[in-house]
Amino acid sequence: MSTLAQGWRSGALMRAWAMLVKEFVQLKRDRLTFGTMIFIPVVQLLLFGYAINTTPRNLPTALLVYEDNDLTRSVIAALSNTSYFHMTHVARTEAEMDHWLRSGTVLFGVEIPPGFERSVRRGDRPAVLVVADASDPVAAGTALGALEGVISTALGRDRGIPETVQSVPAFEIRQHRRYNPAAVTSLNIVPGLLGTILTMTMLIFTALSVTREIERGTMESLLAMPIKPLEIMLGKIAPYILIGFIQAALIVVFALVLFEVPIAGSLILLALLSTLFIAANLSIGYTFSTIAENQLQAIQMSFMFFLPNILLSGFMFPFAGMPRWAQWIGEALPLTHYIRITRGIMLKGATMQDLVAETLALAFLMLVAMTIAVRRFRRTLD
Amino acid sequence: MPAAEVAIEVEGLTKSFSGKVVVKNLSMRVMKGQIYGFLGPNGSGKTTTLRMLCGLLTPDSGKGTALGYDIRTNSDAIKRRVGYMTQRFSLYQDLSIRENLEFVARVYGLDAPEQRAREAITRLGLNGREEQLAGELSGGWKQRLALGACILPQPSLLLLDEPTAGVDPKARREFWAEIHKLAAEGMTVLVSTHYMDEAERCHEIAYIAYGTLLAQGTIQEVIAQSRLVTYTVSGPDVAELAEKLAKAPGVDMVAPFGASLHVAGRDEEALEAAIAPYGREPKWTWVRTPPSLEDVFIDLMSASKDNFQ
Ligand SMILES: Nc1ncnc2c1ncn2[C@@H]1O[C@H](COP(=O)(O)OP(=O)(O)OP(=O)(O)O)[C@@H](O)[C@H]1O
Ligand SMILES: [Mg+2]
Repeated sequence: MSTLAQGWRSGALMRAWAMLVKEFVQLKRDRLTFGTMIFIPVVQLLLFGYAINTTPRNLPTALLVYEDNDLTRSVIAALSNTSYFHMTHVARTEAEMDHWLRSGTVLFGVEIPPGFERSVRRGDRPAVLVVADASDPVAAGTALGALEGVISTALGRDRGIPETVQSVPAFEIRQHRRYNPAAVTSLNIVPGLLGTILTMTMLIFTALSVTREIERGTMESLLAMPIKPLEIMLGKIAPYILIGFIQAALIVVFALVLFEVPIAGSLILLALLSTLFIAANLSIGYTFSTIAENQLQAIQMSFMFFLPNILLSGFMFPFAGMPRWAQWIGEALPLTHYIRITRGIMLKGATMQDLVAETLALAFLMLVAMTIAVRRFRRTLD
Repeated sequence: MPAAEVAIEVEGLTKSFSGKVVVKNLSMRVMKGQIYGFLGPNGSGKTTTLRMLCGLLTPDSGKGTALGYDIRTNSDAIKRRVGYMTQRFSLYQDLSIRENLEFVARVYGLDAPEQRAREAITRLGLNGREEQLAGELSGGWKQRLALGACILPQPSLLLLDEPTAGVDPKARREFWAEIHKLAAEGMTVLVSTHYMDEAERCHEIAYIAYGTLLAQGTIQEVIAQSRLVTYTVSGPDVAELAEKLAKAPGVDMVAPFGASLHVAGRDEEALEAAIAPYGREPKWTWVRTPPSLEDVFIDLMSASKDNFQ
């Protein structure tokens, strides 16, 4: 037995022990961090466990019907019965239906042509058009697969009509996958990634900005100078808007070149709304910074915020498939709106008119965050 | 003295942190153009008082004005006219000297901030080092930079929290020469310090211990107020004598000064009775001396500790 080795071991263990005790004491003092370590994982497990659904049902669907009779009603009922289509909107014109599809208000549009019943009775085999927003192939795919049974269900209810004319169905359902007809995953993922990456980087940029001043002791000087909380905030956010913009531009270039994602809409509109989105996230990060007591807490808050952004925004899982309460959480996240914007502009050629609601939502979230930040900002050292 | 303008006037200022009273019912008045020294032991509430004056802390009770503006309601106006130098270095360590000064100039909305920063660098004697990061400066130079940044916007009132801690004697002398020049031009300076020689360079001083203001006025006034009687004894083995005297009734303070000893008491008769047995010894020479400022402070401090316990 070597006493030297033992001495070294006990010495090393003692020192490691000293460090461990110190870390625990510090941890105990930082209540918020301690709380988030225990509480947040449980909340997030429950939240996401119940919210995420990869085979979404009750997807919002717009109807364009020119006549109201037993046959059209049973076609609609048959669609609803699949449990995939939920008739939420009734369009008066094709343009209106297109607008809802482009803006992401509905995932499907069902058009039953004029004179449908007469055509069926005549044996003309008219077509019911089901337009799907296939920019998210997962959400659209299962629902479209369920269309097969719809014809027989619809005709089975409406007895006056022969189900088949010479062994072919009395009408057909024509599917139209819009925006991403070949169901290329990257077309859907890349516009979403643009927002996800921006969220992550922007949050961290500003989340540390106020806590850093406090921890380094520069806050005391700063507070004694004639500068107001709003001025501090604007000055701290502005430089990162430029950085965020450069980041966004790089991602878009790579999306175009490497992943061949089209930009169906206006590049200028995309740039403008991206700037708004960047500013919104910077404001939220800054808000965390004014609430957190130290940098560790600020980073924790950013991560807690980032996870629902990935899971509940429609980036990874279809938004329409989530339960109502989860959708409301999603609506409160900037990424949800930005993903609708990027998918809308890049894949669907959406215009400003289609995106008014999302733009207002982003601006609203940004203003709320800024207001909280300015009010939370501690102007004294009390 | 001609009817001078008041720069700071506070009354009954009180502040506590989580139940512990840190500044207690503090009242003071500082005239324009005065250099006002703020003294007191560690943790006595000097920094806290300075912070209340510039709006960084809200007093629990009491009222007051700085430069005529209410310290509770008008701290924005105060901040524009006050330079506050923090005890701990609080400029940006990762900015260069020039960048720090330019930042300050811009925040205060000065014209030509670059030029103002250049002038300040020259005044500080930092030419040729302006691109050095503030965090890499030595302690004393950091203090000088911080002072330079405070003076840059030409405030009417300077609040300096131990500005010369860790500064070498020559630089301290230059610093005080600068302060006196600024005061002569009309700037009011409230400066906290632990150095007696600096206290003696102030027009007036205030002594605060455990949150309570114990003495206030010119050096002569503060010494006179103390009613302290002091003897200086010199000779061999004074250390031994110090031990004996410290326990004697009537002796409030015994402090060695090199080869001699300061013995002081508030009650003249009791003190003389206490030293009488040693007064006849030929090896020691006893001289009655006026108390020094330090004697007064040490006495005030020990007296207030008695109250505190
Ligand atoms: N933010 C705070 N929270 C709690 N206690 C505080 C706070 N700031 C100061 N104190 C307490 O108030 C008392 C006075 O502190 P202050 O810093 O004003 O003393 P000071 O006179 O400047 O001392 P020093 O000479 O050491 O700088 C101390 O006991 C200190 O612990
Ligand atoms: Mg202090």
